[in-house]
Amino acid sequence: MNGPERKEDEVRRLMDGPHPVVPADLGPRAAAIGARLLRRHRIARRAWLLLLVAAVIACTVWATVTEPWAVPPSNTTPPLEGW
Amino acid sequence: MDRRRAHEFEAFVAGAAGRLLHAATLLTAEPATDNPHAQRLLTGVLARTYADWDRRRDEDPYNRTREELAARFARSAWRYHRVRGGVLDRLSPQERLILVLRLHEGVAEEQTAAIIGLPADRVRAICSRAVSTMRSAPRTHRPAVLRAAS
Repeated sequence: MNGPERKEDEVRRLMDGPHPVVPADLGPRAAAIGARLLRRHRIARRAWLLLLVAAVIACTVWATVTEPWAVPPSNTTPPLEGW
Repeated sequence: MDRRRAHEFEAFVAGAAGRLLHAATLLTAEPATDNPHAQRLLTGVLARTYADWDRRRDEDPYNRTREELAARFARSAWRYHRVRGGVLDRLSPQERLILVLRLHEGVAEEQTAAIIGLPADRVRAICSRAVSTMRSAPRTHRPAVLRAAS
């Protein structure tokens, strides 16, 4: 084994000292917080979707009522020529 | 679906929490017997793993939990400058993070660099500096208060 590897191994052993005990409620607590997070994300996503659908509906209704693509009737009469 | 997720998550935590908590305790530089910061850090990280369980099914849950742990620790590193009496408390938070990822977790240099957002040669330099710091000063068992004052 060469120098740097031996040194790294030494530090690795140092880090491998006494392991902490995992509290029994750590997993369940994390799951509860995670479930809350998930619920909040879902609600936010649903709200966005609802907003999007509402916007599309509003746009469609407005378009069918005002028909913005229709050419407005012209104010001036076309010049009379050739008679 | 929720029950299946809870089940899989429970199995994952049962298998991985010990190792992850050890890594977290090394990061926060707390003693193994008194590690409230590491526990809080890991709880937040695992909550995120739980929330993303279905969205990121194709990735290894251990790997992404480890990455989330590294990212969260890096974001809140300013909190962990204080000497708390852990094994690595002579090192800066960044040195601890690199040492834990490289040596304790055995993550490759390039991957460590990608997780931390540093070039690979910087990671190598910081790692070897941290290794020599750890070896130069033999571990003293003075209480944390004394060491902080000196």
